[in-house]
Formats: sequence, C-alpha cells, structure tokens
Amino acid sequence: MSTETIVDSAAADSERTRPTPVLEVTDLTVTFRGFNNNPDVKAVRGVSYAVHRGEVLGIVGESGSGKSVSSMAAMGLLPDHAEITGSVRLHGEELLGKSDREMARKRGKVISMVFQDPLSGLTPVYTVGDQLAEAVMVHNPKGGKAKARARAVELLELVGIPNPAERYRSFPHEFSGGMRQRVMIAMAMANDPDVIICDEPTTALDVTIQAQILDLLRTAQRETGAAIVMITHDLGVVAGFVDRLLVMYAGRPVEIGSVDEIYYSSRMPYTMGLLGAVPRMDLEDQGALVPIKGNPPSLSALPPGCPFAPRCPLAQPECDDSEPDLLPVGSAVRTEDGRTRVRDDGEQRVACIRSGEIDANRWTAQDIYPVPEIPEAEAASARREDLPEVLRVRDLIKHHPLMKGSVFKRRVGTVYAVDGIDFDIREGETLALVGESGCGKSSTLMEVMGLEKPERGSIEVMGREVGSLSRSERFSLRRDMQIVFQDPMSSLDPRMTVFDIIAEPLRTHRVGAQAVTERVYELLRLVGLNTEHATRFPAEFSGGQRQRIGIARALALEPKLLVLDEPVSALDVSIQAGVVNLLEELQAKLGLAYLFVAHDLSVVRHIADRVAVMYLGKVVEIGATKAIYEHPSHPYTQALLSAIPVPDPERERSRTHIVLEGDLPSPANPPSGCSFRTRCQKFITLQESDQEQCMSAEPRILPTNGDDQASACHFAERQAGLV
Amino acid sequence: MTTVTETTQDVPASPPAPNRIKDLARQLIATRRVIVGIVILVLLTLFALLGPVISPWNVGERDYTALLQGISPDHWFGTNRTGLDIFTQTTAGLQKSLLIGLLVALISTVVAALVGAFAGYFGGFTDRALTWIADLALVLPSFVILAILSRHFVGNGGWLILVVLLAAFSWMVTSKMVRGLTISLREREYIHAARFMGVPPYKIIFRHILPNMSSLLIADATIMVSTAIIGETALSYFGLGVQSPDVSLGVVIADGASFATTAPWVFIFPTALLVLLVLGVNMIGDGLRDALDPTAKSRRS
Amino acid sequence: MGKFLARRLLNYVVLIFLATSFAYLLAATNLQPRVYFEQMQPPPPPEVVNSQLDTLNLNDQTPLAQRYATWISGVVTGDFGKNIQGGEVSGQMWMKAGVTLRLITVATILGSALGIAIGAYAAVRQYRAFDKAATGASFFVLSIPTVVIAIVIQVLAVAVNDGLGFTFLKYVGEYSAGFQGNWWETLVNRIHHAILPTLVLALALFAAFARYQRNMMLDVLGSDFVRTAMAKGLTRRRALFKHALRTALIPTITYFTFTFGALVSGATFTEKIYGWHGMGAWLIDSIARQDVHVVAAVSWFMAVTIMAASFLSDIIYAWLDPRVRV
Repeated sequence: MSTETIVDSAAADSERTRPTPVLEVTDLTVTFRGFNNNPDVKAVRGVSYAVHRGEVLGIVGESGSGKSVSSMAAMGLLPDHAEITGSVRLHGEELLGKSDREMARKRGKVISMVFQDPLSGLTPVYTVGDQLAEAVMVHNPKGGKAKARARAVELLELVGIPNPAERYRSFPHEFSGGMRQRVMIAMAMANDPDVIICDEPTTALDVTIQAQILDLLRTAQRETGAAIVMITHDLGVVAGFVDRLLVMYAGRPVEIGSVDEIYYSSRMPYTMGLLGAVPRMDLEDQGALVPIKGNPPSLSALPPGCPFAPRCPLAQPECDDSEPDLLPVGSAVRTEDGRTRVRDDGEQRVACIRSGEIDANRWTAQDIYPVPEIPEAEAASARREDLPEVLRVRDLIKHHPLMKGSVFKRRVGTVYAVDGIDFDIREGETLALVGESGCGKSSTLMEVMGLEKPERGSIEVMGREVGSLSRSERFSLRRDMQIVFQDPMSSLDPRMTVFDIIAEPLRTHRVGAQAVTERVYELLRLVGLNTEHATRFPAEFSGGQRQRIGIARALALEPKLLVLDEPVSALDVSIQAGVVNLLEELQAKLGLAYLFVAHDLSVVRHIADRVAVMYLGKVVEIGATKAIYEHPSHPYTQALLSAIPVPDPERERSRTHIVLEGDLPSPANPPSGCSFRTRCQKFITLQESDQEQCMSAEPRILPTNGDDQASACHFAERQAGLV
Repeated sequence: MTTVTETTQDVPASPPAPNRIKDLARQLIATRRVIVGIVILVLLTLFALLGPVISPWNVGERDYTALLQGISPDHWFGTNRTGLDIFTQTTAGLQKSLLIGLLVALISTVVAALVGAFAGYFGGFTDRALTWIADLALVLPSFVILAILSRHFVGNGGWLILVVLLAAFSWMVTSKMVRGLTISLREREYIHAARFMGVPPYKIIFRHILPNMSSLLIADATIMVSTAIIGETALSYFGLGVQSPDVSLGVVIADGASFATTAPWVFIFPTALLVLLVLGVNMIGDGLRDALDPTAKSRRS
Repeated sequence: MGKFLARRLLNYVVLIFLATSFAYLLAATNLQPRVYFEQMQPPPPPEVVNSQLDTLNLNDQTPLAQRYATWISGVVTGDFGKNIQGGEVSGQMWMKAGVTLRLITVATILGSALGIAIGAYAAVRQYRAFDKAATGASFFVLSIPTVVIAIVIQVLAVAVNDGLGFTFLKYVGEYSAGFQGNWWETLVNRIHHAILPTLVLALALFAAFARYQRNMMLDVLGSDFVRTAMAKGLTRRRALFKHALRTALIPTITYFTFTFGALVSGATFTEKIYGWHGMGAWLIDSIARQDVHVVAAVSWFMAVTIMAASFLSDIIYAWLDPRVRV
C-alpha cells in the first residue's frame, strides 16, 4: 500500500498547481422532507472534500453521521424526495441537477460504488456472471454479449473467484459473503472508473475475509489508478489504507486532515474520544476505555450550537451559541490581548472553538475525558486451580441436520456445528470464545444455555452434570446462569416496559411482588440507568441503553455465570466503550464469571482472562489472553490476529498481514485430518511427508508454551512472537 | 423515535401502569384512511342500531297498501313487492351483517392465532398435525358444505350456526401467516432469553409471541370482517345464507336484485350500505396493516 | 426428489379423498332425494320411488355405509354415479368443467395482467396521483361483492341495450339458443356472450392483483440490489423494470396459480347470474334438486383443482426463484 501522504508544508501552494480533483464535493447538504407532520431530517449539512487521482480519502463516522448519504448523493442514488444542494463535480463537471439518464452514463463508468451488505446487493434471480456482464454491456452496448461475457469471466478471475468460467453461472445465494463482495468489487472495476466509493465494504465480513477484501481493494486501486473514497466506522480499517481522513458527526465534517494528523494529533474532542474508545488489540494493558457519554443527536431536531457539545467534556457555554466552522487548528482562539492567533501548518481543519487550546496543551483523550476507575477483583490474587469451577464442558458435540430447499425441504447431510470441544471457567474469570461466523461459537452457547443432555460429552454447571437433572433442578439451576445477547433491538420484548422486562426472571422464579420492585430499581441503578426509565418501552432507548437493560435482566437472579453473546458488536464505538467498562466493573463488584463470545479480537483482549479460538466446531487453541496474543502457536490464531487492522497508521504500515486463502469450508463437509489445512499458511511451506500428516491425522489439543496454553496443530509454533 | 438521555441522578418514582395500546393508537391516528374508515363504521353502527327503533314499521311487517312503492313519507326507502319497508329491512339487515362479520372475525382470528402459534412454536409433530388439519380445511369445499347445511340456519339462533361455519372455513390462511411469523419470532433473542430463564412454553406464547403480533392480528381480523360480510351476502343471493325471519343485507339485496332496473330503490339502498360498510372496514384493516406490518414498510423513512 | 414429490402427491390424494368423502356423507345425510321424487306430479307410488332410489343408490332406507361403499367403489374406477335424472355424472362433469375453465382462464389472464401492470406502476409512483387513483379504484372494487358487480353490470347492459334499441351486449347464456352458423359465426357469437361475464371476473381479480403486486413491488423497491443495478449505470426505470419487477413477480405468479384454482368455486355467482352452465351453476341447481352424486362430484373437482393449483404454484415458485430451487 502507498505510504505517501499528501500533506507537506507547501500544501497550500501545491493546491493551486495541482490538476483538478477527480471528485470534488462542496457544501453538500441533503435533507429528507418529513411527511405526515414528521420533521425534516437534515442528513448531511455542508460536506466538502476533494479526492485526486490515486488518492484514498477516508470518511469516518458513527451510524447516522451522514457519511453514506453524502456519497449516495454524489452518485445520484438518493430517492426523489431527498433535497440536495451544494455541488458535486466529477472532473470539474457538475453532477447535481443532471437527469437520471445522464447520471446513468457516469455511474459505473467514471464513478462507481461498492456497498456494505453483499448479501442483498445482488439481484437474487440472475446469475452473478450475467449481472457482471450487464455492468459491462450497459456502457458499451455495441461490444456484444459474447465480449461482455468474456470480460465478466476475466473480472471474476481478477477478483480471485476460483473457476471463474464455471462460477459465472452461479446465483448470488450460492456465494459466500466474501465472494459476493468480490463480485461487487468486480462490478465497480468493470469499466475502469476514476473514482470508487466504498461504503463500509468490509463491515459485514469476518476479519480474515476483511483482510482479503482490503487486499483486493488495493489491487483494484493499483489496476485502475482510481481515487478511492472509503467510508467506514472502523478506525482500524482506515488507518493503514487511507491518505487523508474526514471525520463526520451529525451530518457535518468535524475534522479533516492527513491520516497521521488525525490519529496522532487530533484536535477535536469527538475524534479524540472516538480514538480513545477503541479497544486495542496491540496494547497489553490499555486501562479502562474512554466512554463518550450520551448519544448522537437526532438529525431532525438539532440544537443551534455545536452538535457534539452535549457530550463534550470540554463544552463551554459559548459552544451552544453557534455551530463552529471547519477551520485551521486554533484559528478561532483569541489570546488574552485580543489578537487572533492562527496556526496553520498542514491540512488539518477542525470544527471546535477550543481546538487551539487543545493544541496548545497537547491534550489527549485521557486528559479531557473522565476515565472510570475499575476496581480490581478480589479473586485475581488467588491461583486459578484453587478456584471453584463454574462451568466445565467436556467433549461437547452438536450436529444439526442440513436441510435443502425451502419449498421441497429435505435433509441432505449433517452440519458438524460443535465437534468435540473442552473448556472450563472458574469463578470470577472471563473466558472468551472467538472465531469467525460459522465456527460453532453460538451453537456452543445454545447447548450450554439449553441445559439439556448433549448428544455426546457433558456439560457441568456449578459442578452439576446437566444431563442428570430433573425438571425442577434444571429450573432452579437457571438462576445461576443467564445470558446477554448481541442485538439490543431483538433481545428485549418491544411490547413490555423496562420494568416488566427486568422483572420477568424474578417473577418466573416466584419472587414476591415487593421484592421484585426493589430489586428492579436496584438493578437499574446498578447498570447506570434511571429509575424513571422503568415505565418506558425499549424502543425509546438507544442501543447502548438497551444493552444495559439486557444486562440488568440477566443479573436479576444474581447468577454466578453470565454468558455474553457478542454483547457489544452491534454498538457504535463510543457507546461500546461504556458497556465494556460496565461489564468489567460488574465482574469486579459481583465476582461474576463470564463466557464471552465475540468475533472482535480487540474487545476480547481487553476483557478476557482466557481465550479459546474455535475453527469449524473445534477449539484449535486455548490459553491465557496474554499468552495467546503474544505467542500464538496455532497458524489460525496467528492469521486471525494478524488480520485485525490496528488504529495506528504507522504501526499499520509496517505490519505484514497474513492473508488466508479462500472461505471457511462448509461445516457439513469438513476437510479430513486437520480441518484448517485447506487455508493454512503454514501447510504450504511444509514438506510433503508433513503435509501427509496434516491431511490424515486430526491434531489433538496439546500444551505448547506453558501457562496452560494449548493448541491443536501438528506443527504448533512455540514462542513465536507476532503482532 | 425519541431517545432517553443517559443521566445518573436518582428520581425514585412509582411507575404508572404501562400503556400498551398507546403505541397502537398513535399509529392509528397517523393514517387518515383508518380515521375515515372508523367514522364510516361508527355512523353505520349507529344507523343500524337506531334504524329499526325510529322506523314506524316492524321488521317483517308488510304494508299491503303499498306494494313496490317508491320513496314516500311513510316508507323512507320505499317498499318491495310484498310490501316490506325497505328502510326497516335494510337497517335490521345491516345490524345482522355487522354482527355476523364481527363474530366470524373474532372466532376465526382466535382459532388462527392459537393454531398458528402452537404449530410454529412447537414444530415437529404438533406442527405437522395442525398444518395437516389446516390443509384439510382448505381442501374441503366450503361452499358446498355451507349450501348443504343451509337448512339448519332456520329458526331462533340458526344464524349462529352460519357464523360458526363461516369461521370454520376462514381461519386457515391467517393461521399459516401466524405460524410463519411465530417461526421467525421463535428465534428472536428475547424469546431465547425467556426460555433460558425458565418460562414455560405456553407462557412464552401468550406473553411474548401473540402480543407481538397482536397488531397484525387486529389488522387481519378487520379484513376478515369484510370477507365474512361479503361471503354471507353471496350465500344469501342463492337463499343459502341467513334464513327468515332473520334478515341480513344479503337477503335484502337478493330480494331486490330482480327489480334493480324496474324499482331501483329496492336494490340501491341496501347495496350502497353494504358497499359503504365493506369499504369502511377495508379501509381500517388495510390502513392498520400498512401502519403496523413491518414487512409492508413504506419507502419513506 | 422423486420420492419427496411422490410423498407429497400421496398426501394430496389422501386430502382429496377425505374432502370428497366428507362432502358425500354430508350430502347423503342432509339432502332428500326421496322428496324430489315424491313431489313429482302426479306423485308416483312409494314402490316406484323406492326402486328408482335403489337403482340410483340414493335410497335413504339403505344403510349409509353401504351406499357409501357402493359409491366410492365406483369413484375409484372413475364412475361418479348417476345424477337424479339418471344421467352419467362423469360425462357431464367434464362438459361443465370445460365451460368454467374457458370462462376463468381468460378472466384470470386479463385481470392479473392488468392488475400487475397497474400495481407495479403504482408502487413506483407511491403516494403520487396515479398510486392514489389506483389504490382508490381497487379498494372500491374490492369492497363490492362479486354478486353485486355481476348484477350491476347486467343492469347497465340492459340500460345500454334499451338506449340503443338493439341487443348490443349479451348477458344471458353461453351462446344464442338454437344458433346456426359456420365455425366463425359460432365463435363470434360465443365471444359476444363471453364479454360481460369475463369482465365481471376480471374486474374483481384486477383489484386483488393490483393490491398484491403493489405490496410485493414496494418490498423490493428499496432493495440494495436495485441500488446496485443503478450504480452499475442502469437508469432508474431500467433498474426497476429489469431487477425489481422481475423479482417481485415471483410471488405474484404463485398467487396467480393459486387464485386460478380457487376461482372454480368463485365463478359460481357469475355463472349463475349470466346463465352459464358451468360447475358452480351445476352445483347450485343440484342442491335444489337434492342431487347427492353431483354435489359429491363437484366437491371432488373443486378439491382437485385447489390441490393441483397449490402444487403447481410450489413448482412454479421453485422454478422461478433460484433461491428455493433444489
């Protein structure tokens, strides 16, 4: 990837001599008119940026910040009722106001787009090849069908689809998410565009696939020489990928600058908070995350002042007067003698009236945000072996029937969802179960929570084997283990009040009415909510607050084990930090044990004591968090860790990513021997006789580096540092 | 959506009773179609209740001095060939038609909700058995059965048999929809949560599953009201619906059909009222469905 | 796959068998063929009535189980027994079925084509004047029972004919009684008669299809794949037509097949009012004549069409939608 940044001291001069930007957006606003007395939604409020040939611009913001809408406006893809003002110039030619027919000639030819969700992005009833050929044909109808087809096969090959000629005839549902995203990129590349807008291109994908797609985007840029606008919420993804960065909040850019300026010397409290809130996979002891209080404002009723002021730790009364403009750092600051001091050394522009002050004091997120103190748990001092076991899983197996067809449904095979796993959790400890989607983490959780006799193996909760429990014993054992789900939207019954939701487990376990009321209010306070919230419905809360309600419900019966199923992955970064802190605090206060399931290894490093890495229904490596992250011994763990982008541009530039080949094999048809060998980066380097071993013998999980670290690889690496 | 701001100050308060219908009512009022429908329905109900009371004639009473007469001060909607007062007959018929529609909708929606929810939640044998019963009911020639059994509709309360039969043949499609919804709801995390805290299955169905599709069920029941009214009218046209001495709109229309050209008042008044009634009900039902069905979302968000 | 289809077909056969048997038993216990003969003028002596009923297998003095056994053994071989006047039910049934099928085929195709076109366009123009007009019109039509539509159109036809002074619109029968002419004239005469009843059915269907297609179309309009198609360089109109409509048509075609099956009984009113001797009209007449075997035969036919339609709609669905294809 290119490491050059376009910032230099002479930026202002070169601006004039530079060729016209490929895409230039000036003062863009997008307003969705409200119908039926609904207020207007001002989704974008004055966005300006320019990208030059070969340049990568990142646009970062949380959900609802207007980052996607602004690029859709540039593409002319917004519905008619969106009101767009300002200017969008492509090679100096104004696009706003062009008819749909004229825009259609530009779209896909000069400016193209890769969307977030590859699942619904392709028309389900046409083959991927035909859809790709259509993208070629539509801009070159005279080229003929045969030529378009040949080009489509060529493109499929270019984006790394194996057997392109054969896969041309596949339908989108026959492709995995990563392969669909490759097709989308092929479509965007089809006519050698000058700008490619990527709207969260990797958000819906697993880390190893994300690494593949980012790699591919770099290739695409090299091949086409196009300018890329990369829209994302993930500060890690952009760190190593973009040259310049635009941070958006509430429909407006709040900071813009070179990637190094933003990451190392952000002067806008929002950006600073955002960077402080990201859990870091590469730091051993990060301390508590920086939570940003509150929620983003509603775009239909914005206050007159700075939209971030209500959440800003540096807010002053003046902040509410008017919205700050995007200015060079410190330009709005008046020194005591009344003169305006302007500091201009670079491209960085900030929309904050206190940016000069921040700059002068060299403040960081830790300085301006109050960081909560998280008490140390008592148990931390005791030896692990001496603590009682809360959960022990031995040789657990869960096989589902594989059904095919939805009209003519029938069984065609078996999915080996969980295929013999062992682990244990001790009191007050956090075990993280990590792995990509389809590795069997969720099936494991469901088996554990179901408290039924497993198909094979055993589950012991609090030392009691669940298979042998009577109905009433099982019912009372449920008090000891509760679950918090991923999706705060669907984990709370929308028709129940918060009070009823939190009271449900208590009432189910026949707690008296008076005690229920007291306990519910106690729980609300415990998770940082107001007692007055009790009468409201879940829809009135933000994602982070809903997750707190879910946690309160799970804690109602004072469980000893809390199962956390991706509890923060659906939340925005600034909200996520608060929930992670809460979980850590609760664990310390209540001595809870956590079984934490996640795909985000950064959060895991932050919260877990021990980590178990799963691949195709098996645990491939398990051990203490520090050991796993510093000396991963299984090639899969190494690849997984290496695939995660780090929100640190310099470090990101110097890292080499291990990019795994292909997709996760189907859990209905796992490879023989070691199930990871088909994608293993180490396998290819082995001698033939060693490869034979990988293909025929299934590796057992054996201790590697001491510290109870164990991995299931015939050629496990011992003490090999990475990251 | 309003968002509660996160503050940590303590305000101890005893919670007022949660208002579950507030949400529904707000949605309702947002749709003009629903309001118009409700107004029509309320006016028609008043008309149906008051009509026979304020009319100088009794239901079934014949005025042999005025056979097939047009509108007059004595007979506000005219009379038919046998001297029956059309106004009285029509309002009485409207009453019965409304009653039939409401009862059929109520019974069949309850059956549909129970069958669909249990089939969808439990799956396996329960599902196969209930689905099979629904399939059988779909294949049974409902029209034939109603026609054959129509002679039992005679007499006091005979029309209730008609109601039960109409309901017996109109729950299947809704129950399939409920089953599908239940299957998708079953995988919702709050249902898992309830299961993992030990709530028994039947309680999950009544506490979490059915309330969460209640709005859809209401919308569907509304549509069912109009389907039942139309179905009864059709049966009555062949004399297979409500039997005398009971009257329904269908009976009045059927009587008047052959005079549609020669004595239009005999046909037009009951028909217009019927169309208005069905239109009103449909407007409510469709508006409700639009407003509440998450899948029938409007593109304007 | 073959085994699976066979199992499903077997299930259908069982359902059809049960439905037909149920209809037969209900008709045999509730209809009174004896009364039909006793009311003849002059009333025949009881022995004659009994022997008549015996030859037709309709005697209520014979145990029900025995009558049912005789009847069902005939049905298995394709013999649906005799009607109350002694004619063969099986032969008549195919004739009546032909009449009904001719009527509903044309009407469904017409009504659905129009409905789909208007519904799809209304969805594209959501909340605009066209959508409002289309929604209003289909709403209004859906609120009128078919019976009323049939009568009103007949009344209008009479008025038009009276106004013109000659029979411009035919509203009774399938063809003019005693009409003689070459095949061309016969065809014209039949089409002339078919216009109004077809219109009645098509009108009701149009409204249902317009509503349905509009909803289906709205579901896919906001889809990401439509946006993708536009991002490739398709105009909005072309993306909607080629990608959105094609996808939204799948459920509608399934619905179409199903409607067609259900319409065999749904056309009863139109047939009866316009004097077409189809299945529905036959059923109504035979109930009045206490004709048990015809009622059972019509029930069988209706059950078969419903099952066939639902089976066909499943197959078409699987064929059109690669996602559910096996």
